[in-house]
Amino acid sequence: MIPLSWLLALSAVVFTIGVVGVLVRRNALVIFMSVELMLNAANLTFVAFANHMKSLDGQIFVFFVMTVAAAEVAIGLAIIVHLFRLRETVFVDEIHLLKG
Amino acid sequence: MTLPLLSLIPGLPLAAVALNLLLGDRLGKRGTAWLACGSVLAAFGLAVRAVLALAALPEHERRITEMAWTWMRVGDFTANVSFLLDPLSAVMVLVVTGVGSLIHVYATGYMSHDRSFRRFFLYLNLFMFAMLTLVLADNYLLMFVGWEGVGLCSYLLIGFWVERPAAAQAGKKAFIVNRIGDFGFMLGAFMLVVATGSLDYERVFAAAPHAFAAGGTAITMAALLLFAGATGKSAQIPLFTWLPDAMEGPTPVSALIHAATMVTAGVYMVARSHVLFELAPAAMQVVAVIGAATALMAATIGLAQNDIKRVLAYSTVSQLGYMFMACGVGAFGAGIFHVMTHAFFKALLFLGAGSVIHALGDEQDLRRMGGLAPKLPWTHATMGIATLAICGVPLLSGFFSKDEILHAAFASGHYGVWLAGIVGASMTAFYMTRLYVLAFRGPSRLSHESAHHLHESPPSMIAPLVALALLSVVGGYVGLPFQEGGHAFTRWLRPVLEAGGHHGAHHEVARGVEWTLLLLSVGVAGAGILFALRSYLWTPALATALRERFAAVHRLLEGKYWVDELYDAVFVRPFVRVSEWLWRVWDARVVDGVVNGVGTTLEGGSAFLRVFQTGFVGTYALWITLGVLALFLHFMRRT
Amino acid sequence: MIPLFLGFAALLVATSLLVILHKNPVTSALFLVLAFCSLAGIYLLLHAEFLGMVQIVVYAGAIMVLFLFVIMYLNLQHDVETGVQIAVRRGIGWLAGAAVLLTGATLFGVPAGGGSGWALGPANAVDPAAGAGNVRAIGRELYSRYLFPFELTSVLLLVAMVGVIVIARGGARRGGARRGGPPPAAGPADPPEDR
Repeated sequence: MIPLSWLLALSAVVFTIGVVGVLVRRNALVIFMSVELMLNAANLTFVAFANHMKSLDGQIFVFFVMTVAAAEVAIGLAIIVHLFRLRETVFVDEIHLLKG
Repeated sequence: MTLPLLSLIPGLPLAAVALNLLLGDRLGKRGTAWLACGSVLAAFGLAVRAVLALAALPEHERRITEMAWTWMRVGDFTANVSFLLDPLSAVMVLVVTGVGSLIHVYATGYMSHDRSFRRFFLYLNLFMFAMLTLVLADNYLLMFVGWEGVGLCSYLLIGFWVERPAAAQAGKKAFIVNRIGDFGFMLGAFMLVVATGSLDYERVFAAAPHAFAAGGTAITMAALLLFAGATGKSAQIPLFTWLPDAMEGPTPVSALIHAATMVTAGVYMVARSHVLFELAPAAMQVVAVIGAATALMAATIGLAQNDIKRVLAYSTVSQLGYMFMACGVGAFGAGIFHVMTHAFFKALLFLGAGSVIHALGDEQDLRRMGGLAPKLPWTHATMGIATLAICGVPLLSGFFSKDEILHAAFASGHYGVWLAGIVGASMTAFYMTRLYVLAFRGPSRLSHESAHHLHESPPSMIAPLVALALLSVVGGYVGLPFQEGGHAFTRWLRPVLEAGGHHGAHHEVARGVEWTLLLLSVGVAGAGILFALRSYLWTPALATALRERFAAVHRLLEGKYWVDELYDAVFVRPFVRVSEWLWRVWDARVVDGVVNGVGTTLEGGSAFLRVFQTGFVGTYALWITLGVLALFLHFMRRT
Repeated sequence: MIPLFLGFAALLVATSLLVILHKNPVTSALFLVLAFCSLAGIYLLLHAEFLGMVQIVVYAGAIMVLFLFVIMYLNLQHDVETGVQIAVRRGIGWLAGAAVLLTGATLFGVPAGGGSGWALGPANAVDPAAGAGNVRAIGRELYSRYLFPFELTSVLLLVAMVGVIVIARGGARRGGARRGGPPPAAGPADPPEDR
């Protein structure tokens, strides 16, 4: 059996990498990809626990997460496309109309 | 009666105010005049009717009360808008509405060329409403409403010609000085409420003998505080300085407010509160002394004034002093009698003076008048009658009332007061005759413009003069002396003035003494008249010689004893300086500082917070991450 | 089993890092695909066969393809990552990431041999290891206990579809109208001066 703590550690690492990606990159699409990474890290946690507790609940949850993630990606990309049409850029630090 | 008669008496002028406000522009001058005069005349008619109804009642039941509505009910204290008609308020209401309507008619002529005709009658009607509320109220609180109302209208009407700075100043002065008196009134009223739990006349006067120790400090203080209000409203020492300045207002205003009605409110109030004053003999002494001192002082000032209206103003102050003298020695009825006769001849004098001023094209200086008798026959005749009345010439109204006051003073043992009264009477005779001579007799000293402008006044102004002259002649016959049990006027007022169980002192002197006193007062009056005639008419050089001989005294009198200047230095200037300091330091720095400080703080705070609004999603994401981290750590610590 | 897992895990971490480090977005997307595939492998090792397959079909097959579509459509070039401000932000970002990692480490604990110290909730009695295939088991659960969320999810997908069409289409329509239509109206006239 794979030790639970290893799985959780792996999940934490991937999640962290996702966070860093969100904070560091300028390209909106890459940021979005990093968000996907975070989601998948969470999914991994769920599956790990499902395996550990011998339950299916975790897997069902992952199923739904994946569905929602798919919908979210579709809409997010639509927004990015729209934003690109308006602003001619996908770099988030060039889009700051709401600056206080 | 099914009609709410009493409420309508102040109500009709109030309705006229409302209609004037709403429709005044559409009514035009004639409509406004009809509305204003009509409302007061109607009020007079209602008053007559009400008083007749009152008189029809048996003597000891002469009280008609009418409650309009409940004003306030706080715990045990109730105060209502309700009116009382008893013999005392009957006299006042008839005088106010009667003389008032005559003056309204006069004013339609006097102010006919004025731009703000409509506004004038608006204020005048408002004044009538307030004054009638004052005299018809059945409790001190409603009376105070009227009290303040007349003060307000006085301010509005004195400063009526808004483009004149002197008028505005005078209006302010009147209001502020009145306010000081009103403060005393209020404190007195508070004491009454605390002691008796009510401000209704009936309840206060019934409870007063039990609530206050006779002659004690509490009642003396309460009475003196009320009297302080009276000194303000009725221009006695020390709060009289506003009345001469009030002459800046139009002459009908001077006649109505500062001669016949508003200034008598103080006397009315003291007479109404006679129960309280009789419980505090010390206070009555003060009243008498102040009345006498004012009478004398004002008379001396009147000797040296050159503006026709100023002379009359100081005369009013002096005569008011007489009324308070009467109240102070216990002859409240005599005081009210003099209120009535004074209203007649003083209003007549003012209206006549207005007629003169109008005829001369706004000339008010006596030194530039003279020889007007043939040119202004009606004005001359009526003013002559009024002058005789105020001098106390026998058989005219002033004689009866003034004599009764002097008699009461002597009979009650206040010889100092009596002496002041006698001396004042002779001075009154002197300066009033002087006024008459300088205006109507002797050579003409008119300027070219005045001479050119000279014409008798229109009928709208003459008719009231005649009416008032008639009243000045016959008005005194209700008060004939030497009658057993008091004359008609005294008997009329008896139910009011002898209620409360404390019978007024019936001081009697021997018949012979009474005749002597009478002849003495006639004598000094006659002496005053003759001396004035000699100084100003027969040998005019005498006046100039006297003036030069007593130059210092004359300057003192002409400068009104420098009272205004004294008040200015002692009270006004320091006050202004304090106000300026408060404005500069407290208002500008502290208050504004706090307010602006709040604004600046907020601005600073938001400027600080604005730093976080970078507009970059990345920055926001960073903050979110750090926030989540912090929360995590926090919750971790707890487990 | 363990070496397999370690291999997949290493691949996952490596590709994730490359996703966020690479300048070219296309390359980042491709590395993400690889990451998903290695994750799918881990799922298989954890007896979540259905999920593993779905992972590849949906994530790697659909989502990443969509990503690549958009990247190609927008014709993005290499990211330019110069400038002091950007470097500062990058530094802060890495620091935050380190903080997150540390927190995670302390949370999950590194003591070898299980026992995370966290209370684990009640479990479903179905054992995924045994039983007749993962798909059947999941299907049975999905259509009984989780029927309502399942149906809702389909509605969600519908909404997402409609939303995408609205968002992506709206700009085009307006842009077309603007190019052909009249110039925008002048601003409101100055208000008359107060008299």
